Amino acid sequence: MSEDNSIQSLGDAFRGLSVVRLKRAVRLGIKSLWLHRLRSLLTMLGIVFGVCSVIAMLAIGEGASYEAQEQIKNLGSQNIILRSAKPPEEQKVSDKSSQGYVLQYGITYTDVKRIRATIPGVTIVMPTRNIREYVWNISRRVDCDIMGTVPWYPEMRNQRVIEGRFFTDNDMDARTSVCVLGAEMVPILFPVESPLGKQVRVGANYYTVIGIMEARATVANNDGGPDAAKPATHRMFIPLETARLRYGEVLMRRRAGSFEAERVQLHEITVKVESLDAVTGVAEAIKTLMERNHKKMDYEVVVPLELLKRAERTKQIFNIVLGSIAAISLLVGGIGIMNIMLASVTERTREIGIRRALGARRRDIIVQFLVETVILSGAGGILGVLLGVIIPFVVSHTAGMKTIITFWSPMLAFTISGLVGVIFGIYPAIRAAQMDPVEALRHE
Amino acid sequence: MPSPIVHFENVRKTYKMGMVTVEALRGVTFEIQAGEYISIMGPSGCGKSTMLNLLGCLDRPSAGHYRLGGEDVSQMNDDALSAVRGSRLGFVFQSYNLIQQLTVVENIEIPLYYQDRPEDQSRDMARRMAARVGLDQRLEHKPFELSGGQQQRVAIARALVNEPLVILADEPTGNLDSSSGTEIMKLFDELHAQGKTLILVTHDPSVGQRAHRTIRLRDGEIESDVRR
Repeated sequence: MSEDNSIQSLGDAFRGLSVVRLKRAVRLGIKSLWLHRLRSLLTMLGIVFGVCSVIAMLAIGEGASYEAQEQIKNLGSQNIILRSAKPPEEQKVSDKSSQGYVLQYGITYTDVKRIRATIPGVTIVMPTRNIREYVWNISRRVDCDIMGTVPWYPEMRNQRVIEGRFFTDNDMDARTSVCVLGAEMVPILFPVESPLGKQVRVGANYYTVIGIMEARATVANNDGGPDAAKPATHRMFIPLETARLRYGEVLMRRRAGSFEAERVQLHEITVKVESLDAVTGVAEAIKTLMERNHKKMDYEVVVPLELLKRAERTKQIFNIVLGSIAAISLLVGGIGIMNIMLASVTERTREIGIRRALGARRRDIIVQFLVETVILSGAGGILGVLLGVIIPFVVSHTAGMKTIITFWSPMLAFTISGLVGVIFGIYPAIRAAQMDPVEALRHE
Repeated sequence: MPSPIVHFENVRKTYKMGMVTVEALRGVTFEIQAGEYISIMGPSGCGKSTMLNLLGCLDRPSAGHYRLGGEDVSQMNDDALSAVRGSRLGFVFQSYNLIQQLTVVENIEIPLYYQDRPEDQSRDMARRMAARVGLDQRLEHKPFELSGGQQQRVAIARALVNEPLVILADEPTGNLDSSSGTEIMKLFDELHAQGKTLILVTHDPSVGQRAHRTIRLRDGEIESDVRR
């Protein structure tokens, strides 16, 4: 007896397959799967967990990277940020000779002038001075970063003033004592009334509150972001010129048994580059310029765009890792299905023989078994999608993590689970169809 | 003389079992006319099963020709043979061979299933066949809920449902006690009376003698062909 080519018979299986016959095959498949409910359920679990983990992990990963990217975007992707940093070797020196030594480091006003003068394609240079002080409202106190800055700060940092206004050029020129509070500290200082128009005290000086700045997105520890090291502190904004007038350039810090003084002109400058394409080039130029003029590494250059790119790369790697985990778990699920189907084919050899004797063609047998595996993996896929949607939902509500379920991830997971059913169902189905009817009928 | 329904012409069947070649049938020639009631008998190993597999288009002869209803089926491919089995042949097996997870009526439907009949039509036909073998009260039962004799009736109904040219029965009473066996044989007699062509393969003389013609096989050849 000559054997038909199995690939050809597989191709034939789908030719001349009527809707009626397919519908019956589906009903028959469900029936015989239902007959072994527990077995079918256990077989499905592999696919369920595979699909569900893909969706849940993608949702959590997507949420995390979305948050990281939002933070970086808050820094402004067209910006380059230079920060003053205490050089490590100086730190040691100051620890030894702790008396009366004024440590001088950081970005200077000259740096700002140089950048303005020599680097093309730079629109705004925004300098900032940070002073750490307590801010008082009568007896309420907040440990706060007081930031002396320029009127265009909110615009450059993509932050909005939610109440009142930010200070203007006039405030700068007149060195007025006005301030804008970060939204985080408002309830602490002013639990009942609106702070607008009220006064807060810093040291011996009073400032009139003219606006409230929206709260910063909470800082998750994304890689290398300088903000990551610091906890989200309270911020108060005052005009840069006012800060210069009030605090001069020397900062005093008391420590146990000694005090140290630092002379820092500017803590931070933000450089806005005209176009996104120019960012990398300008960043390089600034780095070179700074290197030439600073002997020590008393500054750092942060390029949000590079951080963003790095975050995207991290996300890509993350996705690849997730993808391979998903592929492996679906593969394992598929092998489980194949294993059970092979057992099922052996178990039902007799039935196959009977059907063949009563007129079933090879393709009918193939369709019958293939439909069963596809139903198994498809149902597993649906269950997995449901679980995979529920889990991120639960996670974001209990752990407070942001999760994003993209439209395509359930679709993809479901499609793959269906494909797994077909791929791992083909071999057992062909094996069933290749059986000699005479042998199959004799099988006990 | 009308053309025969079954025509075996010098049919040979050889099996290769490792190094040895076994000749199960060594050139068998006979004809069966429509409406005949035939038993094929012989000791075990005489080629009965091989003959049954060939008659049932479950296997192809190594040489010679087999015409079923005037059409040469000896060199057909697998799909065509499936179609022939489904439309022209009805099988009754010794161990009933019902599918356990299906109900009586669903079992009877199977041959129609593979011929793409509309569902309600095939359900009707299956019901009618069940009534014909006296099982119209058991349509929704599963095979294991029935006695052996009832199961064999289901099998006969299934063999009849596609209105085959020939009904092949392989030791139909082999698994039954004598009273249910007699009932089944009566059923066969009735079918014969209605003009069906029946081929019984058996080694039980009391069963074989009910047929009107007996072909005896020995060592793969026809020993005798007796009409009564």
